[in-house]
Order: sequence, then C-alpha cells, then structure tokens
Amino acid sequence: MKKYVLKRIAIAVVTILVLVTIIFLLVRLLPGDPFTSEKTNEAIKAKMMAYYGMDKPLIEQWFTYIKNLLHGDLGVSLKYPGRTVNDTIAQTFPYSASLGIRSIVLALAVGLVLGTFAAQNAGKVMDYVCVLIAIVGVSMPDFIIGTLLQLIFAVKLRVLPAGQWTSWDCKILPVVALSLYTLSLITRLMRSSMMEVINQDYIMTARAKGLSKFEIIWRHEIRNAILPIVTTMGPLTAAVLTGTFVLEKIYAVPGMGKFYVQSINDLDYTMVLGMTTFYGIFLVTANLIVDILYGVIDPRIKLADGGGGKKRKAKPAAAGKEA
Amino acid sequence: MEQKNPMLEIKNLKVAFRTYGGKVHAVRDVSMYVNEGECVAVVGESGCGKSVTAKSVIGLNPKSSIEGGEIFFQGEDLLKYSEKQMQTIRGDKISMIFQDPMTSLNPTMTVGKQIAESLIKHQNVSKENAMKEAVEFLRLVGIANPEKRVKEYPDSLSGGMRQRVMIAMAMCCHPALLIADEPTTALDVTVQAQILELMQDLQKRFNTAIILITHDLGVVANMAERVLVFYAGRIVENGPTRSVFYQPRHPYTWGLLKSMPKLSADSKEELISIEGAPPDLFAPPKGCAFAARCEYAMEICREHQPPFVDVGDNHCAACWLNMKDVPDENRPDWMKSDHVSLEEVK
Repeated sequence: MKKYVLKRIAIAVVTILVLVTIIFLLVRLLPGDPFTSEKTNEAIKAKMMAYYGMDKPLIEQWFTYIKNLLHGDLGVSLKYPGRTVNDTIAQTFPYSASLGIRSIVLALAVGLVLGTFAAQNAGKVMDYVCVLIAIVGVSMPDFIIGTLLQLIFAVKLRVLPAGQWTSWDCKILPVVALSLYTLSLITRLMRSSMMEVINQDYIMTARAKGLSKFEIIWRHEIRNAILPIVTTMGPLTAAVLTGTFVLEKIYAVPGMGKFYVQSINDLDYTMVLGMTTFYGIFLVTANLIVDILYGVIDPRIKLADGGGGKKRKAKPAAAGKEA
Repeated sequence: MEQKNPMLEIKNLKVAFRTYGGKVHAVRDVSMYVNEGECVAVVGESGCGKSVTAKSVIGLNPKSSIEGGEIFFQGEDLLKYSEKQMQTIRGDKISMIFQDPMTSLNPTMTVGKQIAESLIKHQNVSKENAMKEAVEFLRLVGIANPEKRVKEYPDSLSGGMRQRVMIAMAMCCHPALLIADEPTTALDVTVQAQILELMQDLQKRFNTAIILITHDLGVVANMAERVLVFYAGRIVENGPTRSVFYQPRHPYTWGLLKSMPKLSADSKEELISIEGAPPDLFAPPKGCAFAARCEYAMEICREHQPPFVDVGDNHCAACWLNMKDVPDENRPDWMKSDHVSLEEVK
C-alpha cells in the first residue's frame, strides 16, 4: 500500500512537471506579448522584458520558474503591478472551491439516490422520469441551465437572488446549475451499474438468506454498484471545477474563473501558468485520492505490490475466476 | 401410495414466465413431496423446470409467475405467504445453495459477515456472537484456520472453499430443507466428492432434508433415496433411486441412463445421446412432450398426455408403454411385460 501510494505520488509529480512545461511553451506561442499596447514603445518594452527576466534564453527562464515553483512561488502578475499569483489564487479559489464542492456533494447525493431508485423500478414510470431528468441534464450546457434558472427563480418567480455569493440563498441557483450535469451523469451511471448488480448471483444468495429488499439494496447492492462511480469521481471533479468558470460569470461569483479567463486575454504569462499549475496539482491529487479509495472499497483490488501498479477497472460482473 | 405428512408437498404447481417472445410454460403441473431428513434428487436436462420448481418453493420466482398449485411446507401453503412472511422462512427453515460458488458470494463483504447476516436476521443473536458462530460453522464445513478465513473476502478463497462457505451460510440456521441447485457442477471432480460428503454429513447431523438438483446421475446414486426425473416442465418418472436406475419405466429416463459415459478400459464407443431437442415451452405439445424424440412413440403418445401411474414400489412413471393394452411388441426389451407389472388403462 505504502509503496503504491509513493509510486503514484512520484508519477503525479512528473505529470505536473510535464503540464507546466507544456503550458509554459504554449502561452509563449500565442501571438503578441504581455507588454504590447498602444502606449508602450520598443524601449519601454525591452526594459519591461529585462525587468521580468524575459530577455534571457527560454531554457533559463524555465529553470527559474521551476525553481520558484518548488518554493511554492508562482510569481507576480505581468499585468497588474503588485499583485502576486499566489495572492490572487488565495483570494479567489475559496469561492470556486466552495461552489464546486457543494455541487459535487449535491450531485452525488441526488444522483446516487435517483440512480438506485430508477434501477429498482426499471421499466416503470418512475424509471423513465429519472432517465428523462438525466438526459436533459447531460444534454443542456451549463450556461443555458444557469440563465434559465435565473430567469425562472430570480426574474419571474422572484424567490431567489440572481447572483452574488453572500447569503445562503444566493448559493442555491449556482450550486444547482453547476451540479445538474454531474448529477445526471451519476444517475445514469448508478442506474446501469445497479441494474448489472441486481442480476448477479450473489443477490440471489442474499435473497435466499431471507434479507429484506432494503437490506439487500443497502448491504449488497450499493457497495458493489458504486465502484464504477468512484472511478469517475476524479474526472468528474475536474469537470465540476472547470465548469465553474462560466457559471461564476453568470452568477457574479468572485471566483478564480474570472481571473483565469482574463489572464489568458491579457497574455499574463505567469498568471496563466500559475493557475493552470494550481488546477493541475488539484486534479492530479483528486485522481490519486480516488485510486486509493478504490482499493478501500473493493477488496479485490490489491494496491500492495508494484506489479503494474495500475488500477484494475473492476466491473462487479468480472468477479475473478482465478482461484 | 400413502405418505404420512410429508414435510414438503407440492401439488399441481404451474409456473409460467411472461417474456417478449410470449409465455414460457416452465413448470407444467408438477406434484412432488419431500419427507423429513431425506435426500431427493431432481434430474433432467437444462431448461426442464428443475430450478424453477425449487425456486418456487423458496419464493425466489416473481409472484406473478405462479399460475396455480399449492406448496405445503410443514402444513402451511407457502404460496399464500406474503413476501414478508417468506423472508422469515428463507434462510431459516428453507435455504438454498447455488451452482456457481465463484459468483454466488458478495465480493465486497467478508465471508464471516455474509454468514453472520443470516444468524443476525433469523436467530436474534448479537453481531459478536454471530461472528463467533460463523467461525464455528466454517470449522464445521471443513475450512482450515477459520479464525483467519472469517475475515477474508471471497476473492481469496478457492471454488471448493467458497462452496463450503455457501453451505455454512445455508446450514447455519439449521434449516429443515436445503435446496442444492447443482452444487457440484462448477467444481473439480475431486472437490465434488468432498462437497457431497460434507452435505451428507450435515444432512445427518441436523436431520435436514435435501432437494438435490443435478445433471450428474452418479451423484444421484450416491446421495439420494429417491429420484425425480423432469422433462419439459413435468415429472416423467419418480421413485426410489435403485428402482428407477435398474428398472426405468420411461424412455427418457432410460435414455439418460444410457448416455452416461462408461469407464471401461479400452472402450472406443461414442457417447450415446438422446437425439433431438426438448420441445418449445412457449407452446408445449398436446401429447407426451418426449414423443418427438422417443423411438418407441405410438400414435396415442402424440395425441394424449400419458397418465402418471404407480408401477409398484412407490415408483411412478408417465408413459403409455406402461399400459397393459399396449401390445408387447411395441415395448422395448427393458420394459417387456415379463419383468414389469403393467397398469390397466382406464
């Protein structure tokens, strides 16, 4: 277990290093540079370049950046004097995270229940209702859902505020809007995974023991059906957190998304790099946690030895016949 | 033949499943009984209604599939029981083990917990005591080092061990009836014998009756006092194992016995099989279901269902050839009137 985790962390570090390098090169490929504007002339630009060390060879700049990164220093903004990338993230990320985490929790809670419910009533009206919700949720983009919710609840019914991130009722609409896609995905996944589990032999065994329907769902079905969902939680977290960008704009949430988009338009190299790196570390960590969790939930997955070390995509159906 | 209060008595059970292709008549009028502590074997080819009959007893078929009949267990008609009432019977008084031990255990629960679950449910014992009992049961079914095994997941057990766990799970509440649905089919031959021995041992110890569903006539000969032969959703022959094996009174039974591979040293004979396939249970034939494959079939066989008659010694069969009016030359040698008593046609 320990060896596995260490190995995964090492891989994660390499992943982030590669990510940083690619972004580092990509932003510089964009036409223009941070200091070009109507007011600046060549002389000023050259001076600015020298000030930020951008006159040095690219490889040297890269080494400097990595060195600072290892010290936890993401640099200063090239556009706004006196503003560091670290500060910007520290001020804005809590809002994004708060929105994202609430949405994931809501999506998980509702999605798992709806999926289980739909599978238990497969082929009946309630099943179709759940599937319909899921299809609508997956196919509607968040900016439409966001504005639609605003229109209905803030403009027409006037029951909830249309924006801001202050009191609890402000938070309802953005959280719901952001969670809908994930919620639908989880509902559909849980439904199909549950349907598969329901037909397994061990469910027949559980029934033959005289357990009640609820006991069977709770003790035998959910735990097996939830495995594929756990696998997708890493990427889903990514989807939710990057999904905050658009909704932050719609609901005027003072999160990171606004600055991220702005910094790309500004060609603010350090800001783009810093925020991407931050997200990269965040997502790689999320995936790492999911992998470790997987081993906790499914005893068939042994994380002990390094042999391959890759997670096995265990479908509940493929109960190993190796013994 | 009179039976004093059989523990389980199935009367005229009819089961049909609605599918997209139509209605499948899986069990068509089956009557049978099981006495306390005896082992009854149910044989027949795949899809002949053996498992469906057994699952009806324990109530694992959807309620809507039962088309008629009665299932008396210790004097009570189980078909009249609600799902809730059935839950108190299942796993406690009647339990069941399945064919494939590899997939019959929950992979995400320790074997101990899976055994303890029934004990907690039916015997009202605490979690700790249930786990202690689970250890004892694992020891009883011959699993070495049960204290360690009880905390393991099914994944780390072999097929034979898993079937032992299944047996422990089924027997832990001392059921009156154990339904074993092909318990050894998925196991190695050497393990098969051990599992059967274990079942026999526990049967004696707890005085549990067993309904043993199997393809394997060798297993039947070893285990069962009586044997029931199923064909196309009906019982075509039943009786004491010895009598059915040595004097079969139905061509299907005879075919089954004949198709058993023999262990003679240099026999290069081909395996004998019964030609053809069982009838379509979407629309079962009017007459005897076996007529189409039977080399002795007469006109009446295709037109009328043969009656189920006692041919002596508690041995019954449903075949027109057992009737006195049928000329002797129509009968195969093994059924000639000089060595069997024949029935009067009504």
